[in-house]
Amino acid sequence: MSEPLVSIQNLRVAFRMEDGEPFEAIKGISFDIPKNRTVALVGESGSGKSVTSMAILRLLPSNAEFGAESKILFEGKDLLQEDPHALRKVRGGNIAMIFQEPMTSLNPVFTVGDQIMETLMLHMGMGRRAARQKAISLLTECGLPEPERRVDRYPHELSGGQQQRVMIAMAIACEPKLLIADEPTTALDVTIQKQILKLVADLQKARGMSVLFITHDLDVVGEFAHEAVVMREGEIREHSEIRKIFESPQDNYTKALIKCRPHLGRRPQRLAVIDDFMQGTPYKEPPHRPRGYSHGDEIILDVQGLHKTFFSREGLFGKRAFDAVKDVSFKLAKGKTLGIVGESGSGKTTVGLTLMRLHEATAGKAFFNGKDILSMTPKEFKAYKRRIQIVFQNPYASLNPRFTVQDILTEPMMLHGIGSGAQERRRLAADLADRVGLSSNALSKYPHEFSGGQRQRIAIARCLTMKPDILICDESVSALDVSVQAQVLNLLQDLQDEFRLSYLFISHDLSVVKHISDQVMVMHEGVLVEQADSDVIYANPQHDYTRELLASIPRGWPRDSFNAEGALAEA
Amino acid sequence: MFAYIIRRVLQMIPTIFGVMLLLFILFNWVGGDPSYILAGKSMNATTLANIRAQLGLDKSQFAQFLIFVKQVATLNFGISWSNQQPVSSILAARVGPSVTLTGFIMLVSTVLSISMASLVAYVRGSLTDRMVTLICTTAMSVSALVYIIAGQFWLAHKLGWFPVLGWGDSFAKNLVTYLPLPVLLGVIVSLAPDLRFYRSCFVEEMNHDYVRTARAKGLSEPKIMLKHVMRNALIPVVTSIMMSLPYLLVGALLLETFFAIPGMGREVIMAVDKSDFPVIKAITIYIAILTMIFNLLADIVYKLIDPRVQLK
Repeated sequence: MSEPLVSIQNLRVAFRMEDGEPFEAIKGISFDIPKNRTVALVGESGSGKSVTSMAILRLLPSNAEFGAESKILFEGKDLLQEDPHALRKVRGGNIAMIFQEPMTSLNPVFTVGDQIMETLMLHMGMGRRAARQKAISLLTECGLPEPERRVDRYPHELSGGQQQRVMIAMAIACEPKLLIADEPTTALDVTIQKQILKLVADLQKARGMSVLFITHDLDVVGEFAHEAVVMREGEIREHSEIRKIFESPQDNYTKALIKCRPHLGRRPQRLAVIDDFMQGTPYKEPPHRPRGYSHGDEIILDVQGLHKTFFSREGLFGKRAFDAVKDVSFKLAKGKTLGIVGESGSGKTTVGLTLMRLHEATAGKAFFNGKDILSMTPKEFKAYKRRIQIVFQNPYASLNPRFTVQDILTEPMMLHGIGSGAQERRRLAADLADRVGLSSNALSKYPHEFSGGQRQRIAIARCLTMKPDILICDESVSALDVSVQAQVLNLLQDLQDEFRLSYLFISHDLSVVKHISDQVMVMHEGVLVEQADSDVIYANPQHDYTRELLASIPRGWPRDSFNAEGALAEA
Repeated sequence: MFAYIIRRVLQMIPTIFGVMLLLFILFNWVGGDPSYILAGKSMNATTLANIRAQLGLDKSQFAQFLIFVKQVATLNFGISWSNQQPVSSILAARVGPSVTLTGFIMLVSTVLSISMASLVAYVRGSLTDRMVTLICTTAMSVSALVYIIAGQFWLAHKLGWFPVLGWGDSFAKNLVTYLPLPVLLGVIVSLAPDLRFYRSCFVEEMNHDYVRTARAKGLSEPKIMLKHVMRNALIPVVTSIMMSLPYLLVGALLLETFFAIPGMGREVIMAVDKSDFPVIKAITIYIAILTMIFNLLADIVYKLIDPRVQLK
């Protein structure tokens, strides 16, 4: 093989913490990025994948220190030894980078054209007029519709997918030899994700550049990466051709990563978790779980013609109506899960919030055990409030940071008069904490002392204190790593089996919804486009939009009828 | 945009009405009867009744309020009760010195604090940064009176660099002779809190993702600071400046008193002292109107700096 484009040698990165102790984030890793290839860097939070990618451009915060023997060779020069001036030439010129959150990564007060032109004028010495022309042609190349008009737009006037196209246009502006993509599709909808992945793959081929693609989800890169580096806790667990990673993974951690992601093709009783693999005993997949509504099911929630309109002001006296949810009807059975899938703006979250009466419904009825909870007075509804609970997406923002876990768990019991006294409520809280898998000393801690997965367990325990009948899970596992996601999904399943809970499971991730749901409804722009048993809808989608969604799911390694290039070419 | 401005201007009417009502109630029921003060030593029933008739205090409360409404609508607040001059001519004479004094203080301290804040934010976490923060906190905990008295004593009386107090008729003379010391002291008093607030605006902006993008583009640190961070950090800074603009008119009460500058601040004190209702009414209403206008201007300037702002 020819000389690699970038050679990372014995990279060590330590962060000096506030107490003066160094924290070693990268523990001496080495790998090459060959020319004209896509290398995927895969790992969960804390694996050091982002730190590695930032280290290449030396974008790490000032408390980061490199090991003495560490080298990052680019075209024969060690980037770690370059002076700031030379480094700035490399940044944006030879090596460019795109990030996870396109919205916050673009400067909100400059037009997207200005931001692209800035790079061109800096590295290519172009004048304003030439740079503007080039910016428009780059936006065209990156598939932004109406580039002549959009070049003068501000970032917030574009959608998430369009913002990421702008970021990519900016990154490829100066013909970089390496494009570093740090989770560029994690914040995007599944159909947009597919478009962006295809764009990156196409640009890589057309321009012959190398791509370092950072992701926590192996499935995302299976279709277009050439090789993958799997990282965990600052070390490389496995590095090989992408085919080998999927077909014959050598490392137990890699095997676990592949298995713990829910798949469209199988639905085990319990998802694999990392621990199943790390003990060295061979993993045996549990039997499959059949899913679906049956005739004898007791219907606990019957929603009819739910409608929600939001109003915003326009002009001097005008008012603009926006229908977020349009005439949606569905039934939720006792002890079953109804999945709601859709992209941002589909109205799926509004459905959940309206049923909780956190939003006032504009029209429609929702019969809970035969009584319409939407027409009740607040006083009548109080008795029902406790019986519908919600677990939100963001486990960092939805727990009060000033409350201990015990406060978080006992407060709702106090409000709803559950438990005869403080003593008993504390005992109930301890039982529930134990039930959701938190250690016994967790009760006296504050939310910030927990990881994202543990916080979601706290949020689930908080709901359970009120002994609800229905649990609304609004993107509850979307922000979690795949391995943690598997644990929380397993917990939700166990709790459903034990307490016969009914779930309304809202998610944009179709594989997760398929795994956990008996019935699935697909929403698009406020309309319920299709609803059926989950196996039926995935095997035989009726609506075009459902088909489009299903086609956008990352397939991992396309081993059967797919081949790597064919799959993305269809998009 | 046009519809927005119209709506905001219409909203000012009930607000100003509320201010008038509050002012009227406070003065008529809470404040003392001005006729007693004006009558002074020669107080007897006849003079009191005469004074009351002259001032219109013998009319019903409702009629008095109607006169007030008319005064606000025409911005003609009548004759001062204490020295019989038209309120408008008193205010016209007082506004000049106040705006000169506070205008210069605001200009100098804004320019200084923004530039110092961006420099300190640039070296955030360093010894310089921590020292500046420490000095600011210390400086803020000392009363403004101390600076004024110390300044007058050391810089004017002992060293003789400036006149101790005074004010002339010629603008040029005021600018060169009388203004420098009060402006210097005013700047010292407002610099510390402004610097601290602006520094935190800058530091917060520097932690945003777009700064990382700018670095990844290959921009130099000064360029990132001056172009990308500055414009975003200015959003809260502009708000705070806009909010303080109405105080240009009121002037710096303490400075005017200590330096014998014939400005609005001093006038307010005297008017309150003498229960000179027309003057108080005029100043309060003008400040209320100015505050609302500058709030509206602040929102429009917002929109110019930050394209995300939607004027609804």
